[in-house]
Amino acid sequence: MDWSLIFENTLKGFIGINAVYFAIAALGLNVQFGYTGLLNFGQAGFMACGAYGLGMTAQYFEISMWWGIPLGIVFSVGLGLLMGIPTLRLRADYLAIVTIAAAEIIRLVVRSVRFKHYFGGSDGINNFSQSFRDLGNKVGIDEATRYGFSPFRFTGRELWTLIIGWLLVALLGFFVYKLMKSPWGRVLKAIREDEDAVRSLGKNVYSYKMQSLILGGILGTISGMIFALDRAAVQPDNYSRDVTFYILTALVLGGVARVSGSIVGPMIFWGIFTFLDNFMREVADDPIRIGNFQVMDSTDVGPLNFILIGLTLILLMVFRPQGVFGDRKEMAFDGR
Amino acid sequence: MGAERSYSPLAQAARSALAGCDKVPGSRKPDPMLVADGVRREFGGIVAVDVEHIEVQRGSITALIGPNGAGKTTLFNLLSGFDTPSTGTWSFDGRNMAKVASHKTAALGMVRTFQLTKSLTKLTVIENMRLGATGQRGEKWWNGLFSATWKKQEAEITARAETLLERFKLSHMRDEFAGALSGGQRKLLEMARALMTDPTLVMLDEPMAGVNPALKQSLNDHIRGLRDEGMTVLFVEHDMDMVHDVSDWVIVMAEGRVIAEGTPDDISKNPAVIDAYLGAHQGRSLMEEGA
Repeated sequence: MDWSLIFENTLKGFIGINAVYFAIAALGLNVQFGYTGLLNFGQAGFMACGAYGLGMTAQYFEISMWWGIPLGIVFSVGLGLLMGIPTLRLRADYLAIVTIAAAEIIRLVVRSVRFKHYFGGSDGINNFSQSFRDLGNKVGIDEATRYGFSPFRFTGRELWTLIIGWLLVALLGFFVYKLMKSPWGRVLKAIREDEDAVRSLGKNVYSYKMQSLILGGILGTISGMIFALDRAAVQPDNYSRDVTFYILTALVLGGVARVSGSIVGPMIFWGIFTFLDNFMREVADDPIRIGNFQVMDSTDVGPLNFILIGLTLILLMVFRPQGVFGDRKEMAFDGR
Repeated sequence: MGAERSYSPLAQAARSALAGCDKVPGSRKPDPMLVADGVRREFGGIVAVDVEHIEVQRGSITALIGPNGAGKTTLFNLLSGFDTPSTGTWSFDGRNMAKVASHKTAALGMVRTFQLTKSLTKLTVIENMRLGATGQRGEKWWNGLFSATWKKQEAEITARAETLLERFKLSHMRDEFAGALSGGQRKLLEMARALMTDPTLVMLDEPMAGVNPALKQSLNDHIRGLRDEGMTVLFVEHDMDMVHDVSDWVIVMAEGRVIAEGTPDDISKNPAVIDAYLGAHQGRSLMEEGA
């Protein structure tokens, strides 16, 4: 068993690009769910807005990739309005249903043959990210060179995305932190507790919920952009339901309604995930047998890993519902 | 009870104005703050509220009483804009409220509390209070990022909140989560938070529900205090002792209608009210009814 390889990969999982795009999307979900109490189960839809905003600059508009950033944000604001207008006046559950459906509709539309001209169908789009790479080369992080020391060894290509990614995490984390410390954030937290009380004090609850939904959606969009830039590809099936739920898991792991929770949660999530994956692959290198019965071989590692992630979430909910950073005292006031 | 109490000039004026009013349902007041006309609310086939006319005198404490299911809370929701009547009009301080969204009433000076207290449990007491202030610059998200735009206002709001907490004897709980307060303290917090909006009309939905007797006395004093500062108070209550003790005027509802109005002393002698509360057949044995 190669422990040093397992260790190296785990560390990379901890600070890797997966943790980055999860963290940004989790920040968005935190604004919506953690602070405002809006159940958005369609964060993947917002991420798709960002990814396709970038992708469509090459596929359809044939303009510079940088235009994709405002384009993606416009998409996500549109999506937020579309989902919010009919549902935000209703109970929270309706938003959950609509968001999960909307995200699936987006995925099915962008992968359809009918709209292949715009979105590239199920092949996706993969010729848009050169400007981003060029910028990296220009600032002196060469794509092909290897940087760092063991166990932190990255290609220039990975490093450039990571630097931009973590800078964005820090910036957006600070942004959300400042907002939630402001009177604006106070109104959101109050809406999470009881929206009638907030309305009676003269706040336009509907407008605040819409602002929260859109702000969280824009964060999801930025996450989708980082993801697309890292892969240098936009694939419709990367934006399916399970992505939203993994991000939610990572958020709950870190602790909701905490900025630190939505950043560290994804890091721990990917750290554990990568560790288990690497560890079990080493273990199952030779198929494990009991007598003639084959218990496990390397093809079982993926599914088993997801089972273990699910188990982790269950154990977390039972033994530490407030997550890593949550406040137990705060949780105790849930029963109203 | 009320005789030996001293009243502020404002309260005295309101009380003497009310003394001259007709003691009939829908009676006209000299200076009404809140007026409702033909307000009717139906839930499916059931008529919950059907009020021809009511007026609430400015500067007075008006109690809205009635047996369970009389439609008090429904009327309350209608008047505070939290529910829309099937038909009817109502106005507050001369302004027609039919088209005013519920979140705008607070800015006009009308604020309400709820039967089941809505203290925001995961916010601290002081944050609950700060939330009550209207017209906060920092509640716009683009200002939220730049604390310089709202720090000064926030300090003023905090100072005002602390004064109110002092008055409601909640200062020692300032930084606790509101969820850590007792039921009675939550009532006080909700009332104090409502006052942060600088209201002219305070509507209290069952302020005494679930409050221990010792605290009831101090709640009564607080309610009287509001009137003495010139606010108008309208409240729904079951506790007849409290109604008698604190109110200047009583409106009685039964089965969605106003059945009686008058000063507390008149109401406690009114046969229609006794019938509504205890049933029309009280005092006679069931044997005499002959099924």
